[in-house]
Amino acid sequence: MAERLAARIAPPLLAAVLVLLAWEGLVRALSVPLYLLPPPSVIAATVVDQGDVLLRGTRTTGFAALAGFALSALFGTFGAVVLSASRGLARALYPYTVVLQTVPIVAIAPLLVLWFGPGPRAVTVAAFIVSVFPVIANALTGLRSVDPALRDLFRLYGAGRWRTLATLSMPSALPHVFTGLRVAAGLAVIGAVVGEMVAGYAEDAPGLGILIMTAYKQLRTDLLFASVLGSTALGVALFGVVGLLGDRVLRRWHASAQSDPA
Amino acid sequence: MAALVDLDLDVEPGEFVALLGPSGCGKSTLLRLVAGLDTPTCGSVLVNGVPALERRAPVGFVFQDAHLMPWRTVLDNAALPLELAGVPRAERREAARAVLVDVGLEDATSRLPAELSGGMRMRVSLARALVGRPRLLLLDEPFAALDELTRQRLDDHLRALWDRERTTTLFVTHSIVEAAYLANRVIVFSPRPARVLADVVLDLPAARTAALRGEPGFARETRRLLTALEQGDG
Repeated sequence: MAERLAARIAPPLLAAVLVLLAWEGLVRALSVPLYLLPPPSVIAATVVDQGDVLLRGTRTTGFAALAGFALSALFGTFGAVVLSASRGLARALYPYTVVLQTVPIVAIAPLLVLWFGPGPRAVTVAAFIVSVFPVIANALTGLRSVDPALRDLFRLYGAGRWRTLATLSMPSALPHVFTGLRVAAGLAVIGAVVGEMVAGYAEDAPGLGILIMTAYKQLRTDLLFASVLGSTALGVALFGVVGLLGDRVLRRWHASAQSDPA
Repeated sequence: MAALVDLDLDVEPGEFVALLGPSGCGKSTLLRLVAGLDTPTCGSVLVNGVPALERRAPVGFVFQDAHLMPWRTVLDNAALPLELAGVPRAERREAARAVLVDVGLEDATSRLPAELSGGMRMRVSLARALVGRPRLLLLDEPFAALDELTRQRLDDHLRALWDRERTTTLFVTHSIVEAAYLANRVIVFSPRPARVLADVVLDLPAARTAALRGEPGFARETRRLLTALEQGDG
């Protein structure tokens, strides 16, 4: 077990070390200016040095991303249930959910500021808008791919609409729902960071989006990298938690959830 | 194109009737009409004198594949019809346990469908159809996808259960041997659109055992069915 884990972790770790070493070596050898590309050692020093600010920023952004993600999970699943309830409704409304997917968040972020005021609420809504579509799309696919024979069986035994939804359709769709949630987890962090760049404000614990913009304006490229590192860690963490949760819940659904990913 | 034409068929309570015909001839459509899953474009289907669509009496249905809910244990899969009928949990589990004993799955009640063989899954499906003690049991080529040995074993199970319960049974199959082995009466269908070619009451002993398949009487009856089927090819 430990051996297998080591075999899985060692190769990517080795790759990372090699890339970082090359980066460090090249930047030093070519004397690349710090504002253009700081070497990893400088970024690491900044992470330690600014650890407090970064941590609080990550927390601010993390809360907004998490809230946006929760809204996506809730309204996305609910929306899919509504859309799956009627073909006509789905035909009328589904194209507009695609709009959610394609509208550039940077473009509507100013609107969000007008509506919700600058701050965490607008940022949360930005995270929600960016991450809700994959939840709707996947949940809808799941709700629509329920075994037709089982549907017949429920009809045969006189199960009503809600009974069928709760006992058959929702459990059947759950693997798809979790696929959507995993994608949404990463997107919610992106939405929150971008949202902060436009709609965030420098409160006592500015979020990562604001840290990135500030670092950029001051040409503190090391701090910029450190902030990017923070948002990446946030995205990976949220993605990982949702993934683990999914594996746990879906253990019964699919043999695939039990097998080792390659 | 119509799936069924000029069909006039009466089945008595307690009969075991096989619907025999080539694949895709419309036998399954007939079964779905009887179950009330499809609406006839013309004509009527009455179950106990009531149109099939308005039927309230419990019916058991077994599909070509097991179609179990993969997240549910064998026990909870088998108990589904009772659950949908609002039977309390303890009671329906007890009934499901009993019917799983009948199909020889008493040791697998807490397993998941993915952990079962194809034959075992089909047994769960059969148990699910039987758990509500249906007045009418409808089976749509239920064992067609299984290997010969498993299929014979399940045929034996099914016939033994019918001997005990005398549930009115309609069994769709394209296998002459299976039809002759299981049923008391065989309706032979032509290729699509299905017409009734023959309505054969089998002249075979009530007790069906593996030995029967080798007896001259059995060979005679299967030849009768084959002759009837071949009329449809002409």
